[in-house]
Amino acid sequence: MAKVIVVTSGKGGVGKTTSTAALGAALAQRNEKTVVVDFDVGLRNLDLVMGAERRVVYDLVNVIQGDAKLPQALIRDKRLETLFLLPASQTRDKDSLTPEGVEKVMGELKKHFDWIICDSPAGIERGATLAMRHADIAVIVTNPEVSSVRDSDRIIGLLDAKTERAERGERVEKHLLLTRYDQVRAERGDMLKVDDVLEILSIPLVGIVPESTDVLKASNLGAPVTLADSRSAPALAYLDAARRIAGETVPMTIPGEKRGFLGKLFGRRAA
Amino acid sequence: MTKVLTDTRSIRIKGRSFLALVLSPEPPLDAWLTRLDDLASRSAGFFLGRPVVLDVADLEIDRAELKKLIDELGKRNVRIMGIEGGRPSLFEPGMPPAMKGGRPAPDIEIPAEASVESPGAAPAAATAPSLQVEPPAPRAISSIVIREPVRSGQSVIFPEGDVTVVGSVASGAEIIAGGSVHVYGTLRGRALAGSVGNASARIFCRRLEAELLAIDGVYKTAEDMAPNLRGQAVQLWLEGDSIMAERLN
Repeated sequence: MAKVIVVTSGKGGVGKTTSTAALGAALAQRNEKTVVVDFDVGLRNLDLVMGAERRVVYDLVNVIQGDAKLPQALIRDKRLETLFLLPASQTRDKDSLTPEGVEKVMGELKKHFDWIICDSPAGIERGATLAMRHADIAVIVTNPEVSSVRDSDRIIGLLDAKTERAERGERVEKHLLLTRYDQVRAERGDMLKVDDVLEILSIPLVGIVPESTDVLKASNLGAPVTLADSRSAPALAYLDAARRIAGETVPMTIPGEKRGFLGKLFGRRAA
Repeated sequence: MTKVLTDTRSIRIKGRSFLALVLSPEPPLDAWLTRLDDLASRSAGFFLGRPVVLDVADLEIDRAELKKLIDELGKRNVRIMGIEGGRPSLFEPGMPPAMKGGRPAPDIEIPAEASVESPGAAPAAATAPSLQVEPPAPRAISSIVIREPVRSGQSVIFPEGDVTVVGSVASGAEIIAGGSVHVYGTLRGRALAGSVGNASARIFCRRLEAELLAIDGVYKTAEDMAPNLRGQAVQLWLEGDSIMAERLN
């Protein structure tokens, strides 16, 4: 059964695209056929982070408008043969996305892939609502600061109202992915702590990705951080998060926290 | 020119609901008016002192006919307070205003024995609606319970009664209740109790971090709240024009 994941946040710059690429590569490494779909029409970035920007011929908007067939637009990753990219158009805007077109593309992708990961644009307008529309699972990317947390809260409300699942009376499975986390600064009170964020958002935590130069380095290399250096701290956090999304039980660790604290964090899953 | 207000008290605006009688005329209008006269002859003063709304949604009528209808009703002492379901082109200055958003209420009818008909009247008359309307029986005060967090950007609006939230109310969310607001979690957003004019409504929360609190139109922003109430379990109520607060427990 194909699962559709939306990676969303409301706020920009919190790490949606980085997380989409990293989780996509991590799931593909499990030998499950995975496609990452860029919904950020007009401001595409996923192709760069995936290192495929020089291979884009057709894009999501071409497929929606019938100018190209889906297989023509899909780009297979050079490192992982189970990983594909469906890029966004850089020259159009979000109005080129139509609900019917997106539904058709999603339906077709579901026939061919195990995981479909939609990289949502920032905001709560058309692009973002269409990216979440067909999701079974939502990964809400949040930074430990108040504006990001409030925007995430807003997005969670939309996930409960504007998705296909919500309209059928079902729920979208929601996971909190805390990114750019800095334990030292959280201890000092410069950043919200994990517990504060969980208390406000009250959704289960799927991973804590530490603030790290490895992330920027990987982006500039054009590789998902889980492929660029799979033993770096952010890569380990993403790999664990992907296993949790796939249904495995993996103990949660706060990056940078001393051992002994780890035990406390078992079962740190809010309502 | 800038006006200087000498009295800085703000004007309180309240909502209130009344039960209006809705008349839905049917064509031909002359026949319908005759039936209305018949009803009125059996129950003098039925429409007297009652708010009456004219529902023209299902009626093919133009402006002149509508004007005539309103005049005819006026001659029968039926004063129309508003017109529902009319196209904008039907209206002209001096007519009752357009109304919308009405919610259905039970039909107004009275048992046959209350009728003033003589025993020998035709059978049809026995079932004719009688003309006095009893005051509606007191209804239980209604309330709703929300079992999940109210997220930023969401509004819960319940003018009919109390709102109970089992969970938190996020920053940027709002609860608007005709009655009291109960939050079994952290109240970070806005809570407006007694919104349709109920000064005895209260706000209760397990942890107060609210952006704005209001009871019966009197409000307080986060800045005006006593700092020692922040983060506490608190109840708030209205005394005169000021919001009072005390810690629970």
